[in-house]
Amino acid sequence: MIEVENLHKSFGDHHILKGITTTFEKGKTNLVIGQSGSGKTVFLKCLLGLFTPEQGKIIYDGRVYSELEPREQRDLRQEMGMVFQGSALFDSMTVEGNVMFPLDMFTKQSQSEMLDRVNFVLKRVNLVNSNHKYPSELSGGMKKRVAIARAIVMNPKYLFCDEPNSGLDPKTAILIDNLIQEITEEYDITTVINSHDMNSVMEIGEKIIFLKDGHKEWEGSNKEIFKTDNEAVTNFVYSSELFKKVRQMYLEERN
Amino acid sequence: MNYVSSIGSYSIMVREVFKKPTKWPIMKSLILKEIDELIYGSMGIIIFISFFIGGVVAIQTALNISNPLIPRNLIGFATRQSVILEFAPTFTSIIMAGKVGSYITSSIGTMRVTEQIDALEVMGVNSLNYLVFPKIIAMFLYPFVVAIAMYIGILGGWIAGVFGGFSSSADFVEGLQLDFIPFHVTYSFIKSVVFAFVIATVPSFHGYYMKGGALEVGKASTTAFVWTSVVIIILNYILTQLLLG
Repeated sequence: MIEVENLHKSFGDHHILKGITTTFEKGKTNLVIGQSGSGKTVFLKCLLGLFTPEQGKIIYDGRVYSELEPREQRDLRQEMGMVFQGSALFDSMTVEGNVMFPLDMFTKQSQSEMLDRVNFVLKRVNLVNSNHKYPSELSGGMKKRVAIARAIVMNPKYLFCDEPNSGLDPKTAILIDNLIQEITEEYDITTVINSHDMNSVMEIGEKIIFLKDGHKEWEGSNKEIFKTDNEAVTNFVYSSELFKKVRQMYLEERN
Repeated sequence: MNYVSSIGSYSIMVREVFKKPTKWPIMKSLILKEIDELIYGSMGIIIFISFFIGGVVAIQTALNISNPLIPRNLIGFATRQSVILEFAPTFTSIIMAGKVGSYITSSIGTMRVTEQIDALEVMGVNSLNYLVFPKIIAMFLYPFVVAIAMYIGILGGWIAGVFGGFSSSADFVEGLQLDFIPFHVTYSFIKSVVFAFVIATVPSFHGYYMKGGALEVGKASTTAFVWTSVVIIILNYILTQLLLG
């Protein structure tokens, strides 16, 4: 479980995060949604320890990140897996090399043990016979699968995903969303996903945090988000024609 | 104020490079890869430039000797002094700042833009040690490059001087041996070690801390080349004053 208490982050005069308090539960897919510029990426980078907040606490299963020694912080980071928006695969390495990288870096496993683990996670993300391909030879969906495989290869306790289905066609996007949800439940990990994709919200949003101008505007589940009267949330959720019609049908049904 | 801040950031970066080392088997392969890219990959251009620079120095010296009282062995002497003291260590370093420096900035800058550096940091890897340290170690082989540049430069001077009809082989070789001070070679190697560190770290700094996209990677490469050259030229002056002055 990850608890966030009164998180503030600024860059110069720009106050980006304005006192966010929330909890991300274990074994659930937690979605952070909001418009571009609402502070989602900064929030995620604070959770990852890439940005240091000026104020507030991030608590990982009872461990306050800012109160840990640098060595403990690095150890904690090894419990995290991250899927970046652009996949962030290492261009100079093959698929196998990318997925094996954390094992090679932080474990004392033999080459054959590492290879077994790599093949296991690649099979888990439905990517076989691609071990020796380079990232430049992969499609967007395949890159995302490799990124997910790399993120879970060390059995992380926490999985973070920044716009995991951006740039993918709707069908592949749903497959990636479902894969993340399955992995979250299977390994009982705390997953936090940054997204502004309403399909993701509907598919996998067990808990949703809505950010607006750097503060938490609303939180709830994917069932509750369609019933809320919060204006900022409804403006965001029903920004597309399709969802406007769904909303209209719901209101007509209710009346 | 901006320059002071950059110097501070550069110093912090250099300190971080030597912290929390990467596992030795991984580091060893990274160092070998960088030796291949930075040192072995630069040999062709260094040999080519050194040969012709040595030749040009010999020809220009010969063409400027109009007084018959000046001995012809001056051609060999001037070629040796110019090549060992300046052309091999300094001129070669400027070339390396362009070739190797832009490669370092663009490769690290691209990793920054595509979030690969963030990926390393999230995994708990000291990205500066992983990316910059192997480059520094590989560049410690740079004095060997300078030694080859000296040899090829003098060979170029000998070929241009002798086959161009400006000097006999005996005069040229006599000039090479005339008043030879071994410390000049040491001075040149000391400079090359310092320049090697600059060539490895200044472009890394510009790549690592860059912000923006593909266009900014190109701009960072250009800026890195300019600043690496400026630092090399200033250090060249300071080291010359300290070691020979």
